[in-house]
Amino acid sequence: MEKGHSHTLKVWRQKDAISKGEFKTYKIDNVSTGSSFLEMLDILNEKLLEKGEDPIHFDHDCREGICGTCSLYINGRPHGPDRLVTACQLHMRSFKDGETITIEPWRAKSFPVIKDLIVDRSAFDRIIQAGGFVSVRTGSVEDANAIPVAKKNADEAMDAAACIGCGACVAACKNASAMLFVSAKVSQLALLPQGKVERKQRALKMVAQMEEEGFGACTNTGACSAECPKGIELTHIARLNREYINASLTAEEK
Amino acid sequence: MKLDSKIPEGPLAEKWTKHKFNLKLVNPANKRKYDIIVVGTGLAGGAAAASFGELGYNVKAFCYQDSPRRAHSIAAQGGINAAKNYQNDGDSVFRLFYDTIKGGDYRAREANVYRLAEVSSNIIDQCVAQGVPFAREYGGLLDNRSFGGAQVSRTFYARGQTGQQLLLGAYSALSRQIAAGKVEMFPRTEMLDVVLVDGEAKGIVTRNLVTGKIESHSAHAVVLATGGYGNVFFLSTNAMGCNATAAWRAYKKGAYFANPCYTQIHPTCIPVHGDQQSKLTLMSESLRNDGRVWVPKEQSTAESLKKGEIKPKDIPEEERDYYLERIYPSFGNLVPRDVASRNAKNVCDEGRGVGETGLAVFLDFRDAIQRDGKDVIEAKYGNLFQMYEKITADNPYETPMMIYPAVHYTMGGIWVDYNLQTTIPGLFAAGECNFSDHGANRLGASALMQGLADGYFVLPYTIGNYLANVSSAKISTDHEAFIEAEKAVEERINKLLNINGHKTVDQFHKELGKIMWDKCGMARNEKGLKEAKKEIKQLRLDYWKNVKLIGANNELNMTLEKALRVADFLELGELMVDDALNRRESCGGHFREESQTEEGEAKRDDENFTYVSAWEYKGAEKEAQLHKEILEFENVKLTQRSYK
Ligand SMILES: Cc1cc2nc3c(=O)[nH]c(=O)nc-3n(C[C@H](O)[C@H](O)[C@H](O)COP(=O)(O)OP(=O)(O)OC[C@H]3O[C@@H](n4cnc5c(N)ncnc54)[C@H](O)[C@@H]3O)c2cc1C
Ligand code: SF4
Ligand code: FES
Repeated sequence: MEKGHSHTLKVWRQKDAISKGEFKTYKIDNVSTGSSFLEMLDILNEKLLEKGEDPIHFDHDCREGICGTCSLYINGRPHGPDRLVTACQLHMRSFKDGETITIEPWRAKSFPVIKDLIVDRSAFDRIIQAGGFVSVRTGSVEDANAIPVAKKNADEAMDAAACIGCGACVAACKNASAMLFVSAKVSQLALLPQGKVERKQRALKMVAQMEEEGFGACTNTGACSAECPKGIELTHIARLNREYINASLTAEEK
Repeated sequence: MKLDSKIPEGPLAEKWTKHKFNLKLVNPANKRKYDIIVVGTGLAGGAAAASFGELGYNVKAFCYQDSPRRAHSIAAQGGINAAKNYQNDGDSVFRLFYDTIKGGDYRAREANVYRLAEVSSNIIDQCVAQGVPFAREYGGLLDNRSFGGAQVSRTFYARGQTGQQLLLGAYSALSRQIAAGKVEMFPRTEMLDVVLVDGEAKGIVTRNLVTGKIESHSAHAVVLATGGYGNVFFLSTNAMGCNATAAWRAYKKGAYFANPCYTQIHPTCIPVHGDQQSKLTLMSESLRNDGRVWVPKEQSTAESLKKGEIKPKDIPEEERDYYLERIYPSFGNLVPRDVASRNAKNVCDEGRGVGETGLAVFLDFRDAIQRDGKDVIEAKYGNLFQMYEKITADNPYETPMMIYPAVHYTMGGIWVDYNLQTTIPGLFAAGECNFSDHGANRLGASALMQGLADGYFVLPYTIGNYLANVSSAKISTDHEAFIEAEKAVEERINKLLNINGHKTVDQFHKELGKIMWDKCGMARNEKGLKEAKKEIKQLRLDYWKNVKLIGANNELNMTLEKALRVADFLELGELMVDDALNRRESCGGHFREESQTEEGEAKRDDENFTYVSAWEYKGAEKEAQLHKEILEFENVKLTQRSYK
């Protein structure tokens, strides 16, 4: 087995939502390059616990890049240096031996810090509640094959539906805009016949909620898509804009 | 108490329809007078909470994650089964029923499984209507694949992210009900006890994971949909937060726990890389459709591989042992999970395993790529290959993948009757946390089906029958049962916080995991199990003397969260061992070394063990009491599984 790496970690520590936070520096040695980034933090936390210090709190669950829970801003980038990878899938081989690694929470007004590296992303849930669904009751539906969907549309809807709701797009954006996240849901449902009936209200309501939550405006920098671990594309923002304009122009149908 | 499974009378195919008709209904105008608590908002709980809200009940739903969209169901990759027979390849409700009963090694209830197969079609209809982007054919109709060795193509999928898409579907339905004010959602909230008033479940005690506040919630019925307990083993494919606490607390309040020893060990996971690992990653089983499993014929070749003297591709054809194809010529690489796992263990025990630790076997795509071309393989498995490469830094197009079995799913769980009600009236259990439909072994793509069947199509009927019989008067959380339960929870927390020992929670958890894996894992025997029982008990006693926590209750404290969960795992581990000891037969995921054929295959003992083991809690430091629910098979003939 190859010898592990050493790192200096600068980590954002903040006791709770109201306390002021600060960076603290930690040293960690002999980290296997095959370890995941979060395993590296687990190891550090075990050491902190042994010393009687409060471990570094960070959000995580599936550790497979799919639940969207992990949310670390690593060396100035959401989810760290690798493309199309969540923080939980990042491995220590992506860092050089001896490298200093800075770890911060998502920084956005609408995602307030709860503790250390954990933020409150409930704003995303409220945006979905505003209209990110098709209104069908359980049991009130017809046979699944009664509505064919062109494969191209189904595939494109799936591309959009791949969003994991992590919030990296917001963290990456200098305006802290949530457009990529919102567009992914609007686009998925606009592409499918099932979503067509409510498409106007959906675009208007979700955008209104996004604004109410205090997310910034989109100025088309593209940083969101570049940092999105699921590769959600800017074309979805274009589709959202079209949906929104179309819905606003025919507002009486709201 | 005598177990009553409440299986309706009549022919198998008519039971559910008749039963639905016989169930009492709550009048539409009265539904708003009833409150239901749903703990867990994965596929089972999310679907149930949304459906209850639509019906008009007041729902309070809870999950430990920051959002219901993140439940562990999200991680399911492969797909969901349904007896649609869209492929015209001979599938039917009866065939799906039959496959599930047989796959479960004849240890599941016929009536439940038949109902599952029956409603499977509705699930697909429902999900499509919600906008779940299932894979489609060029003509625009839904695509299917064959999965986990099924002889028909009945698995619906959304790329390698089926669980995610189904969960987001349920989450969208749930979000609609939250917006409508019918569901009140409590994320980052953990249930720590269930509360009984006059012997019926009437509420829960929770801890707010951000503030630490201990709170009571009351309702007319409580549903647990809290997922599986695979994390007893420390390392598993389950999410880090998956836990047994809700189920275990219910058990300690009188809900019987069924078949705790039935765990599924999945054959295709990425091998453990060292002792610092926290979590294992599943590689979808669909890979076995095209990948060939092998190890070197000779131990010496395996040694040279380990030392890096040779590469896998240097090993000539005649020195490879495609052991699944050799032992099981008719099923080959597609044998069921338990068989594939056990054989991987056997070849590694013989010293023929590969990889750094010798605990891995190859899954090789060389021949498939030669046959179909790289493009075809990439279209099928591209994202999985990419994920594998990210984790291991090996490129599966060039060198075979390495895989090893890992704990994946728990068939055991809270005992429920046909109505999904536990032995505590008013307490229901759905999804992976109940024991119901998979017997001793679950087939691929059937857990998603069961979770959604329970949540969308079973509970909404059966809970009404219960509620129709109880008063709609509000239940006050000032009742002494709530006050006592809160106090007990607070005491447990304070006790843990004040032990101030010298070992971390993870250290204990790892030790427990190792005992379970070595002695109650892929193969079990009486001697090992008896040792395990002692060791777990010792570990548990030590835990309550020596565990080291930090911080306080009134803050976000992940060490405390973990400590509470591990305390429950330590107790559940012992019950799993008791159950494994009692079941002196091999069936499904439970392989008792004492019960095997001359060829080393699992040997069931139908004469003595055709029953569900339901365990009753008898008090601290007392042995649990076993109750047997005898399984009657009227529609299938019991045969020994053979995949030769
Ligand atoms: C990696 C992986 C891949 C899989 N692939 C497939 C597949 O392809 N096909 C298939 O059919 N099955 C698959 N399975 C199995 C399947 O995903 C699960 O069995 C199923 O999703 C479980 O759903 P559930 O609703 O019962 O539980 P979960 O989705 O685990 O949800 C549990 C819920 O309970 C909550 N909860 C838990 N404890 C508490 C508590 N104490 N207090 C409050 N809330 C609590 C959680 O927050 C969560 O909301 C896979 C499993 C894994 C691990
Ligand atoms: S769009 Fe991408 S970055 Fe934004 S929440 Fe979805 S997955 Fe995360
Ligand atoms: S922990 Fe689930 S995406 Fe990272």
